[in-house]
Amino acid sequence: MSDNFSLLVIAPLLNVQLLLDGLFIGAIFALAAYGLALVWGVMNVKNLAQGEFVIMGGYFAWYAGEQGFHPIFALPIAFVAMFAFGWIVYKVIISRVVDKDMFTSLLATFGLAIVIQQGINLIFGPEVQIAESGFETGEFFEGSVTIAYIKLISFLICCLLAFTVVFFMKKTRIGQAIRATSQDARAAKLMGINTEKVYAFTFALNSAICGVAGVMISMIWVIQPFYGVPHSIRSFVVVVAAGLGNLPGVIVAALGLGIAEQYGGFILGAELQQATVVGLLLAVLVWRQIQSKRNRQAVK
Amino acid sequence: MTFTKQEKIACVFLLILGVFGPILFPGYTFQIAVLWIMILFAQTWDLLGGQMGYNSLGNIFFFGVGMYICAITQIGLFYDVGIYTAAHGADTAQFSSDQYYIGIFSGLFFAAIGSAILSVFLGWAVFGLRGPYFAIGTLGVALSAGELFGAWEWVGGGGGIALPVFPGSGDAKSIFFYILCFLSATMTFLFLKWLYSTRFGLALNAIRDDEDKAESMGLHTLRYKTIAWAISAFFLGITGGLFGNMTGFIEPLEVAFPTITFGILMVAMCLLGGKGTFWGPILGAVLFHFIKEATWIYFLGWQWIALGVIIILNIIFFQQGIMGYLQEKFPHWFGIEVEDKSLKQTNKVENSQ
Repeated sequence: MSDNFSLLVIAPLLNVQLLLDGLFIGAIFALAAYGLALVWGVMNVKNLAQGEFVIMGGYFAWYAGEQGFHPIFALPIAFVAMFAFGWIVYKVIISRVVDKDMFTSLLATFGLAIVIQQGINLIFGPEVQIAESGFETGEFFEGSVTIAYIKLISFLICCLLAFTVVFFMKKTRIGQAIRATSQDARAAKLMGINTEKVYAFTFALNSAICGVAGVMISMIWVIQPFYGVPHSIRSFVVVVAAGLGNLPGVIVAALGLGIAEQYGGFILGAELQQATVVGLLLAVLVWRQIQSKRNRQAVK
Repeated sequence: MTFTKQEKIACVFLLILGVFGPILFPGYTFQIAVLWIMILFAQTWDLLGGQMGYNSLGNIFFFGVGMYICAITQIGLFYDVGIYTAAHGADTAQFSSDQYYIGIFSGLFFAAIGSAILSVFLGWAVFGLRGPYFAIGTLGVALSAGELFGAWEWVGGGGGIALPVFPGSGDAKSIFFYILCFLSATMTFLFLKWLYSTRFGLALNAIRDDEDKAESMGLHTLRYKTIAWAISAFFLGITGGLFGNMTGFIEPLEVAFPTITFGILMVAMCLLGGKGTFWGPILGAVLFHFIKEATWIYFLGWQWIALGVIIILNIIFFQQGIMGYLQEKFPHWFGIEVEDKSLKQTNKVENSQ
């Protein structure tokens, strides 16, 4: 453990490598976390199936690769298909738990997560998969820092999607309706907004964003039917740390999480990389607790 | 602690199942033992989730911790744990039957005490969280424990530990553990039944109904919450030790900290039976165990999907559970007096005249 740590001091370029990898991964975490924050903020549903949506999107890309297409072409397909899937999930499950207490939505989406995991497992098998993008890997500083170009491309796509979503929320009618509903659903309803439709749209948009994130994950990392849970936990870490409705916070926290995870995996060993994520969740929760204890409040 | 007539019938039924079950169906002894474990799971979860309103998704943590403490005690009393686990259960270590029984009973003792002590420390960290944050935080505790034990080489890491072999025939082993499981479930049952009839039970319900109000009425809520969690951890620790010895092999992710399977099942069982009622979790556990075994036999490969669908349907359409539904429909069965509103109004009118 300390060997790896001293290695970082001796070879500073390793830090650059870890930082870059962390940023590229963190950008994808930011997408999934933003989707979670959106749903959480608008309809007060905590979606524990977030990671499973990501993995589902990843399987679109992997399947496209298997059929001989370039996995990146799966991006629009995953977006549209996951949008439709999210809409259906909303109509069938989420619409019935929106106005119930929060633990209900947590458990309902957990049941959904089990169904999705096992469904993927039955259809595609439990192997760890990767969608081959076929892009080259660039070497810098005489090969001590390597960047796969696909990571760069996915980073750009993430930025593009994030800007599109922000623009969409700020400028379009439906985006404004979503923001109005999140501020006060009852008032929005009185103003003639079809909140039911807004909810459905928000949830569908969330799953579409997750689908795109999954396509990227499958190209620059690995997917497996049961890898969804850590992704859900990551989204929760980011949202709990950043707070709701705080887009810059979500981005910073997600990038920070990506970097922290890379460092944790490097210093403590790869088998503790996931433990780093969960450990950070606990650390964030305890920190929030101490924060609110000062104001004599509980974290609700 | 008093039992109504219906409760007495149910108790007798359970007792008959417990005593005659393994005699009539010797092939199912292991399954019935697991049923008692499931009932214990559901009841200890309901102590927090149902009676106290703190929905924990990580109670399985104490199950796994108890399992590991028990295993380490069993081995550590007679051998060096590091060397034993490094050999991966090869025939380097033999346990005589005296050593085995001393090991397992002291192991169960330390598992129970150790889990309870750990829960006190953990409670300090998580009981400031409410609602969904508590659920997610405890889920995080259980998940990270699995990862950490998987990376801890001294206790076998991801490869797991093979536990001492039972000195006796396979039938004797299953009967031995069956009796222990049945006893611990009965102990939990009687203890909780007594607990809910005391002031402590009322305090837990007060915390569930409105924690802030309970605190302002002078209840030291943190103390009550921690004690309740410690009780739950105590019994879960024993069960963990038992279950580890029943399977004979401990592995961090699938056996010791099965957060996504057992950890969620205990919640699902309570919800099916009706959380916050005394008999709900027991009924839910029995039903769920049968459903689970049936889906395992008839929908092999689809069993988890069936389970997920059951959880979703249960949550969406039937949240109050079976006992909750019965309590709503037939309150007089439960000794709840419902005032007749129309009668009250006529009385009022008469009085005013």
